[in-house]
Amino acid sequence: MADYKPLQFHVPEPTGRPGDEPDFTDVDIPSAGSAPRPDIDVDPNDIKDLARTMIRVMDKEGNAVGPWAEDIPEDVLMHGLKSMVRTRAFDERMMTLQRQGKTSFYMKCTGEEAIAIAFQQALSKGDMHFPTYRQQGILLAQDYPVVDMINQILSNAKDPLKGRQLPILYSVRDYGFFTVSGNLGTQFVQAVGWAMASAIKGDTKIAAAWIGDGSTAESDFHAALVNASVYKPPVVLNVVNNQWAISSFQGIAGGNSATFAERAHGYGIPSLRVDGNDYLAVYAVSRWAIERARRGHGPTLIEWVTYRVAPHSTSDDPSKYRPKEESSAWPLGDPILRLKNHMIKHGLWSEERHAQAETEFDEEVRAATKEAESHGTMGSGASPKEMFECVFKEMPPHLREQRQKMGV
Amino acid sequence: MPQMNMIEAIRDAMDVKMAEDDNVVVFGEDVGYFGGVFRCTHGLQEKYGANRVFDSPINESGIVGTAIGMAAYGLRPCVEIQFADYIYPAYDQIVSEAARMRYRSSAEFTSPLVVRTPCGGGIFGGQTHSQSPEALFTHISGVKTVIVSNPYDAKGMLISAIEDDDPVIFFEPKRLYNGPFDGHHDRPAKNWSAHPRGDVPEGHYTVPIGKADVVSEGSDVTILTYGTMVYVAETVKEETGIDAEIIDLRSLLPLDIDTIVASVKKTGRCMVLHEATLTSGFGAELAAQVQERCFYNLEVPVERVTGWDTPYPHAQEWDYFPGPARVGAALKEMMEAV
Repeated sequence: MADYKPLQFHVPEPTGRPGDEPDFTDVDIPSAGSAPRPDIDVDPNDIKDLARTMIRVMDKEGNAVGPWAEDIPEDVLMHGLKSMVRTRAFDERMMTLQRQGKTSFYMKCTGEEAIAIAFQQALSKGDMHFPTYRQQGILLAQDYPVVDMINQILSNAKDPLKGRQLPILYSVRDYGFFTVSGNLGTQFVQAVGWAMASAIKGDTKIAAAWIGDGSTAESDFHAALVNASVYKPPVVLNVVNNQWAISSFQGIAGGNSATFAERAHGYGIPSLRVDGNDYLAVYAVSRWAIERARRGHGPTLIEWVTYRVAPHSTSDDPSKYRPKEESSAWPLGDPILRLKNHMIKHGLWSEERHAQAETEFDEEVRAATKEAESHGTMGSGASPKEMFECVFKEMPPHLREQRQKMGV
Repeated sequence: MPQMNMIEAIRDAMDVKMAEDDNVVVFGEDVGYFGGVFRCTHGLQEKYGANRVFDSPINESGIVGTAIGMAAYGLRPCVEIQFADYIYPAYDQIVSEAARMRYRSSAEFTSPLVVRTPCGGGIFGGQTHSQSPEALFTHISGVKTVIVSNPYDAKGMLISAIEDDDPVIFFEPKRLYNGPFDGHHDRPAKNWSAHPRGDVPEGHYTVPIGKADVVSEGSDVTILTYGTMVYVAETVKEETGIDAEIIDLRSLLPLDIDTIVASVKKTGRCMVLHEATLTSGFGAELAAQVQERCFYNLEVPVERVTGWDTPYPHAQEWDYFPGPARVGAALKEMMEAV
């Protein structure tokens, strides 16, 4: 018999649990401006390092530095910052609504606002997002009526989805926002299919797929990457690594063995790892990948490194599984604060204007909430009759019979 | 009228739709250059190009997931899952995605796609090339489930399925591809050329989804069946002389309940016959519905004759398969009971 030691089973653990000091010493943060910027038609093999580093543009002083620093138009910056502030105001108000028992459920995107918003700003009309449940910024950045979002959250009489879908799982076709599933990972491969269709038809539209670090473990993540690798459709594959999938830290999804960006290497897909709390980096990298897709160079995977400041949802309590102060210790900071500092430094913004914007958006959301509440809360106003609609285009006999039995 | 086997009829349906509608695309494992392991897509890539007919990686969830994305864009994908036994990795995409798209988005997004898949046994395919998982699809809300039994219906219903604005799971009993197999596996195989339903019109025609077909009228007993079992029922009728009314359901969901009820009320007896396993099979739904609607017309309890509740075995295939002997014995018992 050979001298084999007993095998050991490995279950990764995060660096801290409740009661511990937050510890992010293993998060490697390269200095802003250090990552090179390749041409959009680059050979994926030549940029493998970009999946291991972190593309960052804003330095500690709020300067935009390095090859990814773009001359972003002032109105874009302004709209980006305002949309982030607005999204945070929206999230806070909706959280309150849930606490008041006016909706069953809500999910905030606190700390992750820059990703959805800057990406959306880099996109064109007609393109299609396949979002998860934490990309409300996509709608808010396009000025989709806030009251309609709240109507959906309240499942009231004006709910565009007629009370049939869980709060926040919006569907807004005209704003390029594919119906959010609530299942995990399924949309990633659907986005690839949508992009394949665009290429089949000789269109110029592109798709944006979204997934979280946890759901990269789903088989559909692999299905999406293999299809993207084979057919080279115009799709940007976004992985939002916010460190936590409910209570499972990113190591449970395999993040300690390789970066999520590196997974694309096995498929020959170019992959970039980016500071997701750096609005300037998010905007620049989004533009790069979107242009690459639209010019016919195929898919790009982007890992957006960020931190889920909020609980997973209103049904979650992070104090049960992670250090209390972890979110404030997150070394990439707050995306709103960082862009605000950058814009103040460049004379585009001020503390006063920021405070004013916060008040303004809070008031806007309060007013919209009031209006939405007048159409009902917590499902009131949603018609039972609607339950039987839209199962099929035409109601088959068995459903008609069941509806009659119910008496609606 | 041209003679076609079921493979040719299915291919012709896709050919007709692809010629008519640029948005129809066809893909799946081995369906491109090679034309499918059962040859159902043979020649289509050559005719319509690799942009519209192509091979997919071996990932069933990926096949259906990409089809859903394409359908959301505006295409009408008609995809193949090589064997119904391989459909399970795609189940999440079918159940939680395709089936729910219209409902959860208030019809902003829909899934007008067809999943074609060969089902059933009788080819010594063992447990991974023989299953009949139709009840897994009738049990969920939002997909239509079709099982065809002959070339004429196969072409007409596949055209209907491709034109349907909702997702359709389209089962093709593989033992019927080349002929109307009656369960007598030890006798020479018949082919479609001698069967009236092997006459398949050229060009476009449809057979509606949701209508059953009374393939043989009778007054003693109603046999509710579909797929391969239609021919088993027919041969049993002939062999036993029992005047059975045989209904080929064709579409399991929507179900043509009116045709079923009218027949059972006439005959007073009902046998449910399918190849899939017994417990929670589609036969249970049929038996329940017949009991609810025809209880006072029934002379004897509804009888189910099905595959056994085992995995589909290899060497014991004909012991598993509900062939003429089992069906005939059950039918006689039903007639002798009262």
